[in-house]
Amino acid sequence: MSDIALEGGPNMPAGSKERTAAAAVWTSETMRRRVASRYAAERRFRGIGLFAVLLSGGFLAFLLITMAYKGVGGFTQTEIRLPVDFASISAGVTPEALSGAKGDETMATLDLETLVNDAAKAQFGEEGPSLLSEGAWLSLRSALQADPSLVNQKTELWVPASGEVDRAAKGDADPAAERQLGALKAQDRVKTGFSTIFLSSSDSTDPTVVGIWGAFKGTLLTMLVTAILAFPVGMLAAVYLEEYAPRNRWTDLIEVSINNLAAVPSIIFGLLGLAVFLNFFNMPRSAPIVGGLTLALMTMPVIVIAGRNAIKAVPPSIRDAALAMGASRVQVVFHHVLPLAMPGILTGAIIGMARALGETAPLIMIGMRAFISSPPSGFTEPATVLPVQIFLWSDEVSQGFVEKTSAAIVVLLLFLMTMNATAIYFRNRFERRW
Amino acid sequence: MQIMNTTKMTARDVDVFYGEKQAIKKVSIDVSNDNVTAFIGPSGCGKSTFLRTLNRMNDTVAGARVNGKIELDGEDIYASGMDVVLLRARVGMVFQKPNPFPKSIYENIAYGPRIHGLAANKSEMDHIVEKSLQRAGLWNEVKDRLNESGTALSGGQQQRLCIARAVAVDPEVILMDEPCSALDPIATAKIEELITELRGRFAIVIVTHNMQQAARISQRTAFFHLGELVEYGPTAEIFTNPKEVRTQDYITGRYG
Repeated sequence: MSDIALEGGPNMPAGSKERTAAAAVWTSETMRRRVASRYAAERRFRGIGLFAVLLSGGFLAFLLITMAYKGVGGFTQTEIRLPVDFASISAGVTPEALSGAKGDETMATLDLETLVNDAAKAQFGEEGPSLLSEGAWLSLRSALQADPSLVNQKTELWVPASGEVDRAAKGDADPAAERQLGALKAQDRVKTGFSTIFLSSSDSTDPTVVGIWGAFKGTLLTMLVTAILAFPVGMLAAVYLEEYAPRNRWTDLIEVSINNLAAVPSIIFGLLGLAVFLNFFNMPRSAPIVGGLTLALMTMPVIVIAGRNAIKAVPPSIRDAALAMGASRVQVVFHHVLPLAMPGILTGAIIGMARALGETAPLIMIGMRAFISSPPSGFTEPATVLPVQIFLWSDEVSQGFVEKTSAAIVVLLLFLMTMNATAIYFRNRFERRW
Repeated sequence: MQIMNTTKMTARDVDVFYGEKQAIKKVSIDVSNDNVTAFIGPSGCGKSTFLRTLNRMNDTVAGARVNGKIELDGEDIYASGMDVVLLRARVGMVFQKPNPFPKSIYENIAYGPRIHGLAANKSEMDHIVEKSLQRAGLWNEVKDRLNESGTALSGGQQQRLCIARAVAVDPEVILMDEPCSALDPIATAKIEELITELRGRFAIVIVTHNMQQAARISQRTAFFHLGELVEYGPTAEIFTNPKEVRTQDYITGRYG
């Protein structure tokens, strides 16, 4: 068909010449080049997009691999097998007394530090104590707590090695430490392996016994306060503003304020927390409750904004349908609007909480940068959080803190990923088609 | 053909304003219990707006204001003592676009009876669901998949599901706002058939763009133009012997 029309002929009807000319435009060289350049532009654009994706993926992979590589040393610890004779210091102390009600006081009467030093000298000579971590006596205490019957016995215990020996074992130390390590290896009294110390203990000045547990628990408590406050309050504010509030100057003002609040630098929230919660309400310093309140203030606007958008996205026809069935406004909201908006609200909550989780500045303002050597036992106890702990350790002079800092970053990232994964799981469960 | 015997709803001098703009001007109309009443008129003439005043759905529109009096069985529905929630249970509504809840077919029907506490137990609820779906002529098509999502049905089935949902709370009046405008001719025919079956059990008011539809299914027709009720009377009269020139022009297709 088209061939005939394009070629033309002597007995074609009037106007067919113009039609032939018009058709020729589509097959001309100019047109061919136009089309080719259009396809080239498309390929280029796709290439640039792919490059952007790969670049950001590469950055992420680089970050994760570096952190994992540097941090893995933080989870291992070199330990030394030390013969310990508890009997030498425990005259008159029975296992029953240790495990009894006043066990802690009895424990305090035992001079474990001297015992460790003496044992080290006896086993490794004059420089023996320097082979061990300053916190080595803590291992003795844990051993006694675990098994009080040891108190009158002689036994062998694995205690953490000093920072120098530890680094030597991980292949990065001066010759003196190498020699010490060699001597220990000759006696078969040293091992480097996964250690629970980092995961179970808290901050310390000695990198060999330092741990993440205190900061982890602090983060957990702080996040709990933030989630409990920010999520319901943010969600209810979003519901009210979308479903109930009249449209007038006041609600416009509130909307602008919330949008501005979401963009306020986090340190300002820290100052606010300091001024209001600590100075005005006299709440305890460095406590997870105050940290949680401050972060909740910061997270709330994000949840409100995301929540309002999610609620706006629920088709009005669903509201009409429920209202026309004789549902009250509250029933419409809780039976229809919220379930449909929940995935969006949760996404906002994830973003807000993830931001709060990584926040350092406002928590420093309210005193959560203190040196906390025991995990907080409640919401009002002094505590610190993972990002602040990372910040503090990165500032330490001692070499051993480098790998601990990286290890803490790994823990923080894992915490973040777990949190996001949980939230994504819930979001997908709530997701519905219509 | 039955001509108005008992009056279900009466409207007297109803004005509706959207902000400053007057959408309905002094409309007075009686809706009878046993008939299908059709509202026809060109786009933007206010017929849907007026329909929505009958169950106070305009309350949800910001800036909407209603003057005049609308009564349901002699009770002023805009009186301060009137409970909107109960009013809407008594005056149900079906919308232009099928809008089933994104829940199972069963839950779609059970929702109304549940929030109004109409079923004491599961078996009563099962009974209501079955009866409503049968009334909407949908039971045979969906009885084996009551747990599937209502949104998975075809457009026509969705609209019948919406009718079944409205019927489930046993309303006295059912308002339909162009219920067939999003449906194909076969689905439309089914809905029309259904409306004819439901007549007598419920007072039905239907807004439609389609004059043939009004002629087929209604007994009384009201012609709206520019917010005014131009003419209201038995359908046959409106279509064969209109009194007003504007009605005549509209039904003969001079404008629309």
